[in-house]
Amino acid sequence: MSTAAAPLQEPFAPSRSRDHRPSFARLTQVELRKMVDTRAGFWLLAAVLAITVLTVVITVVQGDAESHRFANVLQNGVQPLSILLPIVGILLVTSEWSQRTALITFALVPQRSRMLIAKIAASVVLTVIALVAAIVLSALGTALSAPGVDGTWSLGAGLLGQIALYTLTSMLIGVGFGALLLNSAPAIVLSFVVPIAVSAVTSIINALDGVGGWIDQGRTLGDLVLHNYSGAEWARAWVTLAIWMVLPLIVGAYRFTRGEIR
Amino acid sequence: MLQDMIESHGLTKRLGGRTVVTDVTFRCAPGTVTGFLGPNGAGKTTTMRMLCGLSDPDGGHSEVLGVNYRALPNPGRRVGILLDAGAQHGGRRGEEALTVSALTMGADPKRVPELLERVGLDRRAARQRVKQYSLGMRQRLGLAHALLGDPEILILDEPANGLDPEGMRWMRELLRDFADRGGTVLLSSHLLHEVEAVADQLLIIGAGKIVAAGTREELLAGAGTLVRAADDDAALGTAMSAAGLAARPHADGGYIVDAEPEDVGRAAQAGGVALARLGPSESAGLEQLFFDLTSGAADTPAPDAPPAAAADLQEITR
Repeated sequence: MSTAAAPLQEPFAPSRSRDHRPSFARLTQVELRKMVDTRAGFWLLAAVLAITVLTVVITVVQGDAESHRFANVLQNGVQPLSILLPIVGILLVTSEWSQRTALITFALVPQRSRMLIAKIAASVVLTVIALVAAIVLSALGTALSAPGVDGTWSLGAGLLGQIALYTLTSMLIGVGFGALLLNSAPAIVLSFVVPIAVSAVTSIINALDGVGGWIDQGRTLGDLVLHNYSGAEWARAWVTLAIWMVLPLIVGAYRFTRGEIR
Repeated sequence: MLQDMIESHGLTKRLGGRTVVTDVTFRCAPGTVTGFLGPNGAGKTTTMRMLCGLSDPDGGHSEVLGVNYRALPNPGRRVGILLDAGAQHGGRRGEEALTVSALTMGADPKRVPELLERVGLDRRAARQRVKQYSLGMRQRLGLAHALLGDPEILILDEPANGLDPEGMRWMRELLRDFADRGGTVLLSSHLLHEVEAVADQLLIIGAGKIVAAGTREELLAGAGTLVRAADDDAALGTAMSAAGLAARPHADGGYIVDAEPEDVGRAAQAGGVALARLGPSESAGLEQLFFDLTSGAADTPAPDAPPAAAADLQEITR
């Protein structure tokens, strides 16, 4: 296309070689880097790590040997992740708007849906890293406390998968809230307040108790880390996830990919 | 005939029920600098956002390198953009902000220190968080960012904003050199003197419409004669009207007269007025033209910025 202008454009490198679309792997890598290269992002992740360490330490120094099994320590160890990773997920999306870097990001990658998928991929990678860290820390804690009870190290693959799902969905619920609201402070506040409000309302009003059993995150997802789910429990978990994770992600994707960038 | 690098065909944008950009059409050829001039709120930024695929036009279309911007596979390596120097994460270090973009577009991150140096940000500034940057430093960082992918087109919105006079001259030289090597530059400004010296082509926008376009000379053709009396401007005005010449008072004193200098001189002689100055209006004419063309914007004020625009125009005419 620029061949006609070739004589004038001599000083510029041949442009064809530069026309490669940035790969997903590269975009995901950049998104991971953007999570830690700001002051806020760095300290948030440092806090996640510190609180996880603290939780593991507290778990293994208090209570009896029975509660120092690896499974118990890990159950506690992933709780900070389920509370803090949603904030990481929210900021991953909203900081582009709050800090107005969307202007640069979307000028470099105009296909906004690719950016959103890269962000989701980055959030999954970070969750895996956080989970591995929690598992290693919990194993260390268990080894150090050496409870010496039966089944110290037993943890079924099913339960491990559920713990991973519990952590991952908390992160994606955050990403969904971020995409839905595109504004850091309201997204963080509402992601905490709305589930608590739903839980409170459905437990106070008797008529709504049945509904709560399907939409209250604490009731339907909280036990994922404790025991293997039955079919009925899975049904309730998936309904909750459809409402709190899938729906915000779908509406959020619409908002993310459309609209004016200021 | 060289292919145009940037083309806008009837771009139109409505925001909040108001048409902020109406039927904006222009082209930028390779090797040229185009100055996009107009008061604040005239529609420059909105037009540039549409060019860069950040805003959907309600009418018309635009092409960069012959295709819609969004169809460029890796736009960062072809088009350098500075739309808002404030659009950087305040908690990121200057060098890191550039590194992130370099990695995104697949440019060599090793270019970052070299570029920072080129725009006048030293090692210390590079290590600082963007939050701590002055407006001028942000503009320099933004220019480095625009140059990062070694592009052949630059689209810069108010790049001189916040730069000191020395920085402004440096930027003009940089853009001139870029265009002389075959690059294409579109830069906007609300201050005529910022772009007048560097632009090959001027686009003047007022109230969302292109009101004039062409080279400086084309715009000045027939712009009139600047005449100033040695001591009595009032008598000079009388002499002009006696000769049937249309004269508008100029802000610096004297008049802009719609006639050739020799006719103005004769009219002054006939009125017995001694002159301190007589000649083509040159830059004074361009200022007057800019003011006249864009003052329509003041009749239908843009809610965001008419007082600032008026103040800037004062600054120009001073």
